[in-house]
Amino acid sequence: MIKPIPQTPQTWMDTLTQNRVFRSIVRRGLSDTNRNRSLAIFSNFFLHIHPVKVNVRAIRFTRTFYLGGLSAATLFILIVTGVFLMFYYHPSVPRAYDDMKDLQYVVYMGPFLRNLHRWGAHAMVALVLLHMVRVFFAGAYRPPREFNWVLGVVLLVLTILLSYTGYLLPWDQLAFWGVTVGTNMADAVPLMGESMKFLLLGGTKVNENALLRFYVLHCVLLPLLIVLVLCVHIWRVRKDGGVYLGDEPASGGEE
Amino acid sequence: MNNPKYLLEADDDARKSPVRLVVVQGERRPAVDAADEPQVMTWPHLMLREAIALVVISLALSLLALFFDAPLEEIANPQKTPNPAKAPWYFLGLQELLHYYPPLISGVILPGLVIVALIVIPYFNINLKREAFWREDIKRKLLFFWIAVIGLSAVFLFTSAHPVWPLLIPLWAIAGMMMIPAVSSRRTGWVGWLGDRSLAFWIFLWFLVASIALTVIGTLFRGPGWQYTIPWIDGVY
Repeated sequence: MIKPIPQTPQTWMDTLTQNRVFRSIVRRGLSDTNRNRSLAIFSNFFLHIHPVKVNVRAIRFTRTFYLGGLSAATLFILIVTGVFLMFYYHPSVPRAYDDMKDLQYVVYMGPFLRNLHRWGAHAMVALVLLHMVRVFFAGAYRPPREFNWVLGVVLLVLTILLSYTGYLLPWDQLAFWGVTVGTNMADAVPLMGESMKFLLLGGTKVNENALLRFYVLHCVLLPLLIVLVLCVHIWRVRKDGGVYLGDEPASGGEE
Repeated sequence: MNNPKYLLEADDDARKSPVRLVVVQGERRPAVDAADEPQVMTWPHLMLREAIALVVISLALSLLALFFDAPLEEIANPQKTPNPAKAPWYFLGLQELLHYYPPLISGVILPGLVIVALIVIPYFNINLKREAFWREDIKRKLLFFWIAVIGLSAVFLFTSAHPVWPLLIPLWAIAGMMMIPAVSSRRTGWVGWLGDRSLAFWIFLWFLVASIALTVIGTLFRGPGWQYTIPWIDGVY
């Protein structure tokens, strides 16, 4: 059934969506015709992420548990809270720890901000791991999706590195010794272990230089990388035919 | 490549070459295969679900952040080593392995192998179609299967400082599960389901169960001096 598009604004929603400014941004109103619904995707940025139509089975919760989307959502929450935290943080000793105490007792909603970032980070590592397990058991890594699986492994490593570099920043006992335990493993790498550790820490021990390096990695380099790889990862999901829905029925014949 | 049907010529003039607009090949695109199935519009059906998912995870994490405080201990002190000094939870599986193997093996070679193994999974040509492991050639497979299980058991029993139980017990449990369809004559029900699993499935399952076992032991059951502790009696370190 085709509904006529009202020419004059009838609700506040119409007033909001039927003007040149709104249309210049999203090009389409919140129209309920399928033509405009497809154009909402087709003529917008969303085409990079989503096809115009999706298989009903692909958007069912039990198909993917939305684990990839939830990982991306957590990353979004982490970027937002992370930027706010950067306003209150100095990557130097002992200022970093004082800033933690400020966040705890002085900054408005500081504990909430830090808690959200902390639990969000743990949640993201867990969600990314679960996403990988789900994709494996579905067999979704097979051609033509094999390179997207590799990008997923890269994203997993980046997620763990992000979480790990962030672990040092509070500069408390937990942070210091947690990172010391991890970086001591770098010593075991044959031939270049020591120089690798020196490069990572800016010294032979976890100290002020290490804090600054981890800060730059955590706030600049790794986020840029993960967003870049994530964009390609999500784009390829669409290019490879969307969410994997199981083996095609073996009817064939139209080869 | 055996004689391609079409050659697209390379040339500096992008307006002249290639001259044809489109070449339709008999290549199968995944999206085309399922064209007959019911479909819905992405806007609003999928994007609304995404928005709801974003709201739900934000709400869940916000509630967590309201009621549970992130840990903050005293200021870092290089002179005062806590006992035990633990890495974040996702590294505790590796730290637990450190208890059995020298750092070169547990901290470099094994995690490196895991990453490489994960990357090559889809390029590993053997059984990309994920055929059931016991489908054919059972006698030869049984031989290799037992050589592999006994070999791995020997490695994890005798090459480490202590027998690596978190790897061995999942290995034996999964080997046992794999044997059920090999010895049973049933081809239906859960035995049939087990029989339909591929080798890749079993190896990944072992990796998964062993990682979880190592991580849980490292997180909850290890205390001062990396000795076993009982979390509900001694607390979590």
